[in-house]
Amino acid sequence: MIYRECGQLKTSYPADQAIFPIPQDRWGIIILLLVAFLFIPLLANDYWLGAILIPFLILSLAALGLNILTGYCGQLSLGSAAFMAVGAFAAYNFELRLPAIPLLIDFILAGIVAAGVGILFGIPSLRIKGFYLAVATLAAQFFIEWALNKFGWFSNYSPSGVITAQKMVILGYAFDTPVSKYLLVLGIVTVLALMAKNLVRNAIGRAWMAVRDMDVAAEVIGIRMMKTKLMAFAISSFYCGVAGALWAFAYLGTVDAQAFDLHRSFQILFMIIVGGMGSILGSFIGAAFIVLLPIFLNLAAHAVVGDAVRPDVLSNLELIVFGGLIIFFLVVEPLGLARLWQLAKEKLRLWPFPH
Amino acid sequence: MEFFFEVLIGGLLAGVMYSLVALGFVLIFKASGVLNFAQGAMVLFAALTFVSLVDRGLNFWLAMPLTLAIMVLLAIAIERMVLRPLVNQPPITLFMATIGLSFLLEGLAQGVWGTQPHRLNLGIPDDVIELGNIFISSFDLFAAAIAAILVASLAVFFSKTRIGRALRAVADDHQAALAVGIPLQHIWAIVWTVAGFVALVAGLLWGARQGVQFALTLVALKALPVLILGGFTSVPGAIVGGLIIGASEKLAEVYIGPYVGGGIENWFPYMLALLFLLFRPEGLFGEKHIDRV
Repeated sequence: MIYRECGQLKTSYPADQAIFPIPQDRWGIIILLLVAFLFIPLLANDYWLGAILIPFLILSLAALGLNILTGYCGQLSLGSAAFMAVGAFAAYNFELRLPAIPLLIDFILAGIVAAGVGILFGIPSLRIKGFYLAVATLAAQFFIEWALNKFGWFSNYSPSGVITAQKMVILGYAFDTPVSKYLLVLGIVTVLALMAKNLVRNAIGRAWMAVRDMDVAAEVIGIRMMKTKLMAFAISSFYCGVAGALWAFAYLGTVDAQAFDLHRSFQILFMIIVGGMGSILGSFIGAAFIVLLPIFLNLAAHAVVGDAVRPDVLSNLELIVFGGLIIFFLVVEPLGLARLWQLAKEKLRLWPFPH
Repeated sequence: MEFFFEVLIGGLLAGVMYSLVALGFVLIFKASGVLNFAQGAMVLFAALTFVSLVDRGLNFWLAMPLTLAIMVLLAIAIERMVLRPLVNQPPITLFMATIGLSFLLEGLAQGVWGTQPHRLNLGIPDDVIELGNIFISSFDLFAAAIAAILVASLAVFFSKTRIGRALRAVADDHQAALAVGIPLQHIWAIVWTVAGFVALVAGLLWGARQGVQFALTLVALKALPVLILGGFTSVPGAIVGGLIIGASEKLAEVYIGPYVGGGIENWFPYMLALLFLLFRPEGLFGEKHIDRV
C-alpha cells in the first residue's frame, strides 16, 4: 500500500509524460540525489571519494552505455573499453590542440568522436548477430588499442605512451580536489542517466527493445534496422566515450590505453549482467557490486586469514571467489540484481496485505 | 618466393595450433549452444596440472591419465554446478557463466599449482628440417600431425560411435534428443570431458612451445577469429579457419606490417574474420540460419 500506481490520477499531459510518473519514485530519486550531492561530500573522506565513489560513478556511466546497446538493443558487445579509450584520447587531444574549447564541450565532443567510431564498428551488426557479433566487436577492442599505442599523434608523441591528463578547469574553477571531482562526475552522470532513462521509453528506445526481442519481427512492422542498430551503437559509444574521458581526467589523471584493455570490457559486461540487462538502475547496482566486491574480498581475506598468507595466493583466492560469485548470482538471479528491486516493489504494492 | 612459402608454411603450422584450441570451443558450442569462454582457462588448467604432476616426479604415462581423470571430474562438476542450474537461460547468461568459470579456473589452477612458469619438455625434437630451400620446424610438423590425428579420431567418434551419434542429436535439437531418451546431462558432461581432453592436448603443445604459464589463457583469444571464420558449429571449419587465420596473419605481419608500424598480429585476424562475415554471416561452414517470425 505504500507504493502503488493505483489511484494516482494524472490531470495534465506533462504529469502523464513525466520520467517518474509516481510520486514515490520521484521523491525517492530526489532524496537520493540530495544525499549524493549534499551529504556524501560532507561525510565521505578522500579515500572513499577518490578510490571508490568516483570510479563507481564513471563505470556506472560506461555500464549504462553498454546496457543501451546490449540490454536494450540486444547487440552483444565486448569492445566497450575501446570506446572509452577513444573518448579519453579524443578529450585529451581536443584539450591539447584546441584549448579555446571549454572542457565540458571537450567531453561532449569526445563522446561524439566515440559515437562515430562506434557507428563504424557497428556496421557489421547489420549482417551478423549474437556471438558472431560479440567476437566481431573484439576487433574494435584490439584494433583501437593497437592504433592508440602505435600512432604517436594520439598521445602527442609521448615516449612512454602514458600522458598526464590536463587539469580540469571549467569557467575558471579548477576541479582538483576529490570532492570537486566527485561533484563534477556526479553531475555529468546524473544528467546522462536521466537522459538515458528518457531515451529508452520514447520511440527510439521502444524500437531498440523491439529489435532486441525479435529483429525479424521488428523489421516486418516497419522499424528501420540500419537506423535503429547504428543509433544504439552511436549512443552507447557516446556514453562510453564520456565515461572514458572522465576515467582519464577525473579518476586516473593519466591518459593511457592500458587502462582500457579487454579486461575492462569484461568488467563492464559483468556489471550489466550482474546488475540487470535492460535496466538503468541495474547499471548502477552492477557497477557498485563489481567495484565494491574486490575491495570487500580483500578486506574480508585480510580479516579472516590475516597477513600470514602470501599475496599471490590471496589474489588467486580472490579470483576463485569472484568467479564463483558470478556463477552463483547467475544461477540464483539470472535477470540481475535490478530484478530484486522489482520484486521488492511488487511486495510493497500489496504490503501489508497478503494478496 | 621461397621466403613467401616459408612464411606461408610457418603460418599454416601456427594455424594448426589455433585450430586445436578452436576445436574445444566448437565441441561445446555444438552440443550445448554455449560459447565457452573458459576454454583458454581450461587449456591453462590442464597443462598446469600435467606439468606440476610431472614436476612432482610422476612419469609421463602416469601423469597423463591422472590429468585426464581430473578433467573428467572438472567436466562433471561444471555440468552439475553451472550448466544444470542454468538450463533454459538465454545464451548470454551461459556465456557470462563461462567467463565467471574462467576466473575460477585461473584462480584454482594457479592457487593449487603456483604461479611460476614451468618448462615443459615432451621429448619432441625441435630441429629444422630442410625441404628444398624451405626451412620447417620439426616440432611444428609434429604438432600438425597430432592435430590431424585428433581431428580424425574426433570425426570417427562423432560419426561411428553410439555416444557420438547422441552428441550430434543433442547438437541438432535438445528437445528432440530428450524426447528419444538421450540423457542430456550425461551428454553435456561427456562433451565437456572431450573439450577438456582437447584442451589438454592444446595446452601441452602450446606449453612445450612457450612454457606453461598464465599467457596460455590468451591462446583462446587467438582461437576466436578462427571460430567466426570457420563457423561456430563446424569441426572442419575450425581446421580450415585456423589454417587461413594462421597463414594470413603471418603473411600480413611480414608484408603489410612494415607499412603501418608492425604489431598487427593482434587485430588482423579479427579484421579479416569481420570482413569475411560481411559476405558470409555464418562463417565458412556454419549452419545457415533461417529467421522466422
